[in-house]
Amino acid sequence: MTEQKTNSTKTKHFTRRDTLKTLGAAAGLAAGSHLMPLSGRYAQAQSSEPIRIGFQAHRTGIGASYGRWYERTTMAAAQLINDAGGINGRPIEIVTEDDGTDPKRGAEVVEKFAIQHKTDIVFGTLFSHVVIGSAPRAGELKIPYFVVSEGHHVASGKLNRYVLQPGITDVKSQVQSMAPWVGSNLGKKVTMIYPDFAFGHDHRDYFSAAIAAQGGEVIEKIAIPPTEQSFFKYFPRIPKETEVLYHVMVGPGVLTFVKELGEFFGSDRPQIFGFIDSLEAVDLANPGLEALEGTYFWEGFPRYAQNDGANPHDAFYREKVGVDANGASLSDPKDISTYAHMFGCWETLYIIKQGMEAADYKGPADRAKLIEAVESFTDFPEGPEHPQGAKIFNGQTHQVFGIQNISQVTDGKLKVVHRTSIEDSLYEPEVDYTKMAF
Amino acid sequence: MKLRNSIRQGHFDSMDFGPYLLLATLEGAVQAAVLALTALGLSLVFGVMRVVNVAHGEFFMLGAVLAWWISSLLTGTPLFGFLAALIFAPLIVGGLAAVADRLILKRLKYDPEATIVATIGLLYIIQQGALTLYGPDARPVAAPFDFRVSFPWFGYSGYKISVILTCMVMLLGVWALLTRTRIGLIMRATQYDRETAQAFGIPVARVYTGVFAFGAMLAAVAAVLIVPTQQAYYLMGLDPLLLSFIVVIIGGLGSLKGTVLAAVVIGLSDGIITIFFDPTLAKILSTILVAMILVFRPTGLFGTATR
Amino acid sequence: MSGIFNKALMVHLGLIVVLLALHFILPAYHHVSLARIMVLAVYALGFNLLFGYTGLLSLGHALFFAAGLYGAGLSMQFFQWTAGPGFVFGLFCAIAVATLIGMLALRTVGVSFMIVTMMFAQVGYLLILYYNEYTRGDEGFVILRELRVLGPLDLSAEDIRYLVALALLAAAILIKLALVRSPTGRILIAIRENEERTRMLGYDPFRYKLMAMVISGAFAGAAGAAYGILFGYVGASFASIQYSILPLLYVLMGGAGVVLGPLLGTIAMFYLIDIASGMTSAYLFFVGLALVFLILVAPKGLLGTVRERWAPWLP
Repeated sequence: MTEQKTNSTKTKHFTRRDTLKTLGAAAGLAAGSHLMPLSGRYAQAQSSEPIRIGFQAHRTGIGASYGRWYERTTMAAAQLINDAGGINGRPIEIVTEDDGTDPKRGAEVVEKFAIQHKTDIVFGTLFSHVVIGSAPRAGELKIPYFVVSEGHHVASGKLNRYVLQPGITDVKSQVQSMAPWVGSNLGKKVTMIYPDFAFGHDHRDYFSAAIAAQGGEVIEKIAIPPTEQSFFKYFPRIPKETEVLYHVMVGPGVLTFVKELGEFFGSDRPQIFGFIDSLEAVDLANPGLEALEGTYFWEGFPRYAQNDGANPHDAFYREKVGVDANGASLSDPKDISTYAHMFGCWETLYIIKQGMEAADYKGPADRAKLIEAVESFTDFPEGPEHPQGAKIFNGQTHQVFGIQNISQVTDGKLKVVHRTSIEDSLYEPEVDYTKMAF
Repeated sequence: MKLRNSIRQGHFDSMDFGPYLLLATLEGAVQAAVLALTALGLSLVFGVMRVVNVAHGEFFMLGAVLAWWISSLLTGTPLFGFLAALIFAPLIVGGLAAVADRLILKRLKYDPEATIVATIGLLYIIQQGALTLYGPDARPVAAPFDFRVSFPWFGYSGYKISVILTCMVMLLGVWALLTRTRIGLIMRATQYDRETAQAFGIPVARVYTGVFAFGAMLAAVAAVLIVPTQQAYYLMGLDPLLLSFIVVIIGGLGSLKGTVLAAVVIGLSDGIITIFFDPTLAKILSTILVAMILVFRPTGLFGTATR
Repeated sequence: MSGIFNKALMVHLGLIVVLLALHFILPAYHHVSLARIMVLAVYALGFNLLFGYTGLLSLGHALFFAAGLYGAGLSMQFFQWTAGPGFVFGLFCAIAVATLIGMLALRTVGVSFMIVTMMFAQVGYLLILYYNEYTRGDEGFVILRELRVLGPLDLSAEDIRYLVALALLAAAILIKLALVRSPTGRILIAIRENEERTRMLGYDPFRYKLMAMVISGAFAGAAGAAYGILFGYVGASFASIQYSILPLLYVLMGGAGVVLGPLLGTIAMFYLIDIASGMTSAYLFFVGLALVFLILVAPKGLLGTVRERWAPWLP
């Protein structure tokens, strides 16, 4: 049972005897626990074993296409860390549990990591509602929770001191850094199409503010209800004076969405700018997507290898994760990665390593020290550990900031036409987590 | 910017009410056509067997996923792959449904409550099977043919219009099967009174298996037809399931005419209410509207009794 | 008669004592899990009252759960209320919503009732998304930890959470037991068995069905409010159709029309998923197989089958 559940990346054998030992210990704990005070059951012993990292994965549910690649990226980074000697001389072990992309199960999985698997930390969640549903439990169980979610929830101050997002930028900074380029290159009258989800509302609110600062205006906002299978009937709402159509969609309907967009406009279209979320894990060569030629996308990390020297560590990262120059799996060119986002798992894992080394992390008793160590970081230089590019970290808001890319679809591939500076994406802190108690 | 302005002078001008209504009606008609076919499958199972088949949407999903698989096996023109999918995907789905009926539902003696749990179990099994074998990504199926019908105000997919026509032909075919053939007579007899049918020598067990398989096949056919305009995805079964249930009940249990009419009402109202309201509000209003039809006409539009 | 009833009462009181004893001996993981299971079981117990005893199959109970969840969560967030008033307000919201929906939906019967309740629940789900300015839509929000207190009790502490969940479950079990054993409960069962005859005996079925609906909705709302308060999160996924199907599954697995069936069903489903997901990533396949297998072996649910074969006195 345990062998299959834990995707152990260390080379050391994880044998049935270990399992039996664990089970024996659990049984002993169960037998002896009635003698202990209640809180004793929730305390954790220090360990000289591998550092255990609980990976909260979207293996099923709507996040599964992302989850699969988050898992591959995580395993690749963990392998590299272990090959280089692990953390503080200890190997790391990734313990994966599926959260079903559901907040309720997410909270249960955090409990399982903290209490049953006794992992040192929890890591790797993408979908915002799972993060927000799990965060209170992580705080109560006092287990550091490193999310890779791009939501603004961490920096907004709504969560707690145990939740950090040091490996991926948040939607507020992404959107805000796009607006100047969109305003000066594509047009000032923008129509937005986004899902009627909190994620879509973040885009709506932050982009509206940012484009207004550029002297532009969002002239129409079209929120698409969830579970919508067909989008065509919403397109007539796009006002005729629209200069830029801004779209961001998530979920399985994205392919239909962009296909229908092309069908509706034909060759007669406004400028189109979208977030690559609309096309993550989708092959640009799919029939019907030809209409995207010439349109623009935000990308966290460019899916297609650019070979322009801007990301010198991209090739190394690509090879280790198993992705080809077109952003597809090396073993199946039709299996497209979620390239723009998944680097966050890689970079977060290296920040965890850096944090544990800085804190001289020994075990769960040092969890607060680990968080303080990460809070003290200010910047991460570009390198194999941060292949997407250099980052600035704000310890008060627990949020990282970085470079963003704007790419144009050219000959069926995404070609980067603009890179923002990190400064474009900074905003005033809304919270100071370092003042909160552990 | 100059480019933009010149484009705006083009034929795509503002969308007036008339054209918008036309577009919403077309979209509603496509949805209604596919929904009618899917719901008819559920209605037969529900009507004849009294089984609430929670896995009906998964049969729909299987149809779409198999369409992707079959058409990706066959090289050559998309038309060839699509026709193969249209024949084989429903057959495979029907076969699976027949097996499920024999192995599970029959043993439960079609107990209404036990079959709900069993079909929820079936839903999990099929969904996980699709996730494991097919994967979590949404994948496209090429349309057998495609041309853009240019209305003066907007372009529309020619394939979508053909879906409406195909579904209408299929619905007529099913109607003929149910009312003009011996098979239909046997099914109706079983639906009307199971015991008497048995006494008259109708092999009720085989009829049940046949009906369950046929219902699943209708869902699969609907999915194969619509998937070129959407995508095949392992979680796509929930919406058709819920909408089919609504259609079946609104139409009145056991009424083919009612099922088709209800599908049209729901498809069109969903499309047309969108014109006037904010999209999510439109969904809220159309859902309340349909619920209120049931509240004040509890047996549906054409039903005589729902039990 | 009274001997049999006392036996039943002893079983239910005994179970509550066992759950209290488990508080002191369960390993930590099962301790936290059982706290959550007990809250969800309250939801299922309420569902059983409507479905198992009155014969009304609702597919929209997530609406009542969500009414409790959001009633508590929003009032605590906007008025800085603590858990006590938050819970009461959540309960009140659920009762109000259940009364309104009951008055509309109970005009229908059978499968129409099932579909109408499902559609009203869908409306509720969409309203949560539509009013995202207050609810934060699908993403939901966290209830401040400082507010999750009941007098001196910190409800975010593991041990207190368990005891509060147990108190809620015990109250739910005892209320339900009293209700199904009362004359009213027998009228509900009579409606399930034959509504026409009940009417001819001079009872107004609508009144009794509405009462069952409101009490059932109150159970769901109490569970929802407690869930938000105890686990600190309020989100739209709890209002989705999946959460309407869950209590049905719990009840059918444990045994419809048996007071304790839903609790057993909730426990079984939780561990089924928890254990299967530990063994394979394709765990839903095995969950599905297990459901099919269980229902083949015990078509009346676990406790329903026990009652049928061994313990006909079980209420």
